Order: sequence, then structure tokens, then C-alpha cells
Amino acid sequence: MIRLQNIEKVYRTDTVETLALNKVNLDVAKGEFLSIMGPSGCGKSTLLNIIGLLDEPSKGEIRIDDQKTENLSDKQLAQFRNSKLGFIFQSYHLINDLQVLDNVELPLLYRNTTAKERKQLATEALAKVGLSNRIKHFPTQLSGGQKQRVAIARAIVGRPEIILADEPTGNLDSAMGNEIMDILLQLNKNDGTTIVMVTHDENMAHKTHRLVRLFDGSQVQ
Amino acid sequence: MLKNYFKIAIAVLRRRKFFTFISLFGISFTLTILLVLTAFIDKVVGDNYPDKKRDRSLYVSRVSQTGKNTMSSSPPSFYFLDHYVRTIKTPITIAISSGFNGTNTYVNNKKIAVNYKYTNSEYWEVLEYDFLEGKAFSKQQVANSDKVAIISADMKKEYFGDVPNVVGQYIEADNVKYRVIGVVQNVPITSYMTYSDIYLPYTVAKDGDYKNNKGYQGGYYGILLANSASDLDKLHNEYEQMIQRLKPEQKEFDRVSSHADNYIRSYVDTGDDRHSGVFIVVTAISIFAFILMILPTLNLVNINITRIMERSSEIGVRKAFGASSSTLVYQFIVENIILTLLGGVIGVILSFIVLQVINSAHLIANLELSINFMVLFIGLLVCLVFGLISGVYPAWRMSKLNVVTALKAQ
Repeated sequence: MIRLQNIEKVYRTDTVETLALNKVNLDVAKGEFLSIMGPSGCGKSTLLNIIGLLDEPSKGEIRIDDQKTENLSDKQLAQFRNSKLGFIFQSYHLINDLQVLDNVELPLLYRNTTAKERKQLATEALAKVGLSNRIKHFPTQLSGGQKQRVAIARAIVGRPEIILADEPTGNLDSAMGNEIMDILLQLNKNDGTTIVMVTHDENMAHKTHRLVRLFDGSQVQ
Repeated sequence: MLKNYFKIAIAVLRRRKFFTFISLFGISFTLTILLVLTAFIDKVVGDNYPDKKRDRSLYVSRVSQTGKNTMSSSPPSFYFLDHYVRTIKTPITIAISSGFNGTNTYVNNKKIAVNYKYTNSEYWEVLEYDFLEGKAFSKQQVANSDKVAIISADMKKEYFGDVPNVVGQYIEADNVKYRVIGVVQNVPITSYMTYSDIYLPYTVAKDGDYKNNKGYQGGYYGILLANSASDLDKLHNEYEQMIQRLKPEQKEFDRVSSHADNYIRSYVDTGDDRHSGVFIVVTAISIFAFILMILPTLNLVNINITRIMERSSEIGVRKAFGASSSTLVYQFIVENIILTLLGGVIGVILSFIVLQVINSAHLIANLELSINFMVLFIGLLVCLVFGLISGVYPAWRMSKLNVVTALKAQ
């Protein structure tokens, strides 16, 4: 489903060159739940951003669903992300000016959908994460766990094949963290969604199918 | 999609109320000034009461004599209009009238400021005043130096009060009593060639300037009415030739100049042949409007950049979930147009209030300003331009943001 070959990422400033990722090779199978671990600054998030086509590698090749991604235009990239990928961030990144339902509808705005379809799909997604009773709330009126559930609903509303989660439980206490993890496991099991998750939490990582460890930009496990 | 943009635009406006106030104030205030200004210009240029035959009229408002180091410029004399201009062969009717003069008169010991002007009888044929009662003075009455007067509706009300008829009654101006023979609808003072409170036959003028002054320059205006609009070019050329034949009156001058122009050109005539008055006025108004508009636009660009950058997390999320750069630019421009149109609506309401105040305060005699559809259309167009100019650059800059950087910014 996802294939990374010899991925390198170098950050350059005037004086310093930092190698964030060094020859990373990774295959993620369809329906797999993979977690990436490693100390802070080892390149986990950089790797996830590159998989999510939010950042470009300095070298190497990424194939998603057997499709090369390096020569896609801004518009094609946007379309590709919209149809194939869903993102969950540590700090939720909800739009505080919009109600929960409008936040969840967001990915559908960039597709050919009617307002009615959008509302229906968003309501279904919110039901899946157990937030049907909060659709008219604004994000600031929700707890951290609820916000993350809205973010998950937003990530799955467009039925993407891949979900990329960057420390989804990082800002939550363990009870809420477990709730979120359960939702992700359900998604993976019931819908067959491929999930790549960056985490600091060994317990969470051990619940997934496979664990990849990074250290100083290199894959060590 | 648009509904979603609208929702977020309103939410953003409500979030930073002070910024919103400054933006809206900038737009609506500028628009108000522009609308009032255009309403004013529209009135002055567009209102054709009482000279409804502008399409076949030429206006003579100035005669200049220039020498090497000296220049004299003033309205033409009665003699100039009556003697020289009448030599033109194209058939015309010449309305001659003096500029208006001010005097005081008293009614029941109350002082009233009155403007009066002198006209010939053709004046009433060339110009189509609306007579509320009575009629204009005849050629015979002018020849007889009859002390008759035509007064404006406002003058009637001020001098005689609310009475139905005043024809036949007497009005005193400049210590002379005149018999009122007609009452006409008011003319705004901005139509300086036709405005007055009282109109009198030129033959009753005490100074006798109309017969004593045989020079070119004096204090009268002429409106030359041709039989048809197609005669105007011929008339204009013939007038120029007639002027060229005139010899300067004094040694220090070497040239006489004067033009019979259409209404707009004559209105803004500066007396300087090298630069057209129209050019100067249009340039001045354009520069003024440009400066007036550029300041709030720059202000808006600035505020928009700050506002948009505050939303970098939103930009990151939208991009991550499938918005392309162009979609984002579109979104922010739509938002900005919503903002400027809102400012536009407030501006139109403000203009309406300002015009009402100007009208009811009678700052300018008989001038009734109003918002017309053309002015409204210009106003909305200006808003749209505002929205585009001030939205495009910030939106473009923001759409180029790297997603990862945008997301980190929160």
C-alpha cells in the first residue's frame, strides 16, 4: 500500500545541514496498523509528513497504492490527499470558528458533493466516534478526548484508505488515550483502513500489528 | 461551499472585533466620501434643469486677453455678446444673463439676503424654466425697461410666505420695487449661469454697464442655442474665427481668446488655453479618488495579512485535507469580498444619511443631492475592486505556505 525507498530528508540552513531521515525503507501492507516510535527529534513526524505528502523528501521515492507521487502538481497532490489520506494530529487542529459538523465536513468540501451528502456523511462519521450529540458545538466547548474524536471523524469522513496519526494520544490522559486507541483499532479491524501512527507510548504501540523504531533518522527496527 | 466560506468569514469577522471595525470603517468611510462626491458631480454635471437643450447649446463664460507678461480674463461683456457674437451666420438664439449679485431686502423688518441677475428676453426661450405661475418677460418689456421680476419658488416663500399667488405683487430689491410676473422652480447655485433668486430685465440694471461698456470683458454669460445639434461644430468654428478677427483692446495684449464650449468644458474652463479645464478637473478628481482609495486598500492588505497568518493552522489543515493553493486563494478572496461588500452596504447607508443631512441643512442653495443607481453601481464596483486588490496578495502569499510549517505555527 505504501512503499518508501531510500528516503532521505536534509534540512539546510546557511551554516548547518541536518540529516533528519537517512535511507529509510519501509513497506506498509494494505490493512496494516503500523506504529513508529523513537526519541524526540529522531524524524518520526518528518517521516509521517513525507508519507502524507505534506513534505517532500530530499532523495528517494514514495509510492502509494502503486502510484509514484514525486511529479504530481499542487492540484493533483491536493486531490490525491483528499481521496486517499486522512490525518489526525496531536493538537487536533480543529477550526475553532466552525461547529463540529462543519469541521468534519471539511474534506468533503474539496470533492463533488452536495450539502445534503456532506451532512449525512459527517453525521455518520460522528456517530462512529460516539459524538452524535455534539454536532452543533464549537471545538472550544469540547474536552481534549472529544476534540480528538472530532478529528478522527474528520479523518474518516472521506473514507480514505490510509490514516496517518501523529501522536494522537499525546495530549490525552491514559483513559482518554485508550478510548482513542480503541476507535483506531476498530477502524483498522472493521473497515480495513491502513493506519500509520507515530507514538511515544509503548503500550499503544504494542497494540498495533508492527512497530518501527527510528533513531537519529535511521530505522533501527 | 460558498455557504461554508460565508460562515467562516462571519466567524472571523466576529473574532477580532477591533480589526473588523477598522477594516469596515476604512471601506465604508472611503465609500461614503466617494459616493457623496460622485452624487455632487452627478448633480452638477448631470442635472440639466433649466438648460434642457444642452445638446444644441454652446456656452460662453470667459473672454481672455493675453500679452507677454500680462493676462486679463473675465466673463464677456453684454456688448461683446450682443454685438460681436451676433455676427455669427449660423442661426442662433443668444441667452444673455449677468452673473448673480447679492443684496439685502427687508420684509417686516426681517433682513433677507437676495441674489438677483439680469437677463435678456431670449434667455427665457433658450432655457426651459418651470413656471409655477405667471410667465417670462417679453422683448417689449425689456425694451421698455419695465420693472418686472421673475422670482424663484424659495424666494416667493421667503418674501411673501405661504400664499398661493404672488404675480402682480411687488418685491423690493436693491431699493427698487419690481412687479412679480412669474415664479420659477429653484435652480441650485452650482448651476452658476442660471441660478438666482430674482431675474430682472437687463435694461433695468442701474449701472448701465450693458450700454456703457463697449469692451470685450464684463460680467455676462452667453448661451448660444443652435437650431440643431449638427450645427454645433459649425457654430463652434465660426465662433473661433470671429474671435481671431478681434483685435486686443490694449497695447500690452497681443491676443484675444474665448471659446463657445459645451456645458462641461465651459463649466471647468480655467481661462488658460494651454490646458483644458476638463483635463485638469478629471486628473485632479482621479488623483483624489486614487489616494482616497489606496490608503484603505493598503490598510486592508496589512490587516488581511495579519488575519490570514493567524489562521495558518487552518490553512495547514485545509491543505492536508485536499485544498489546493488556488482553492484557498479563492476562499480568502471570497471572504474578503464579503467583508468589503459589508463595508459597502454600511457605506451606502452612511452616504444616504450624509446626503440627507447636506440636503436638509441647505449648505448649498437649492441643491438636492440624491443617490442614483449609477452612483450606487460605481460604489459597489469600487467595493469589489477593494475586495480583490486587498485580498489577492495576502491570499496568494498564504496559499504558498508549506503545510508542515503552517501546522506547526499553532
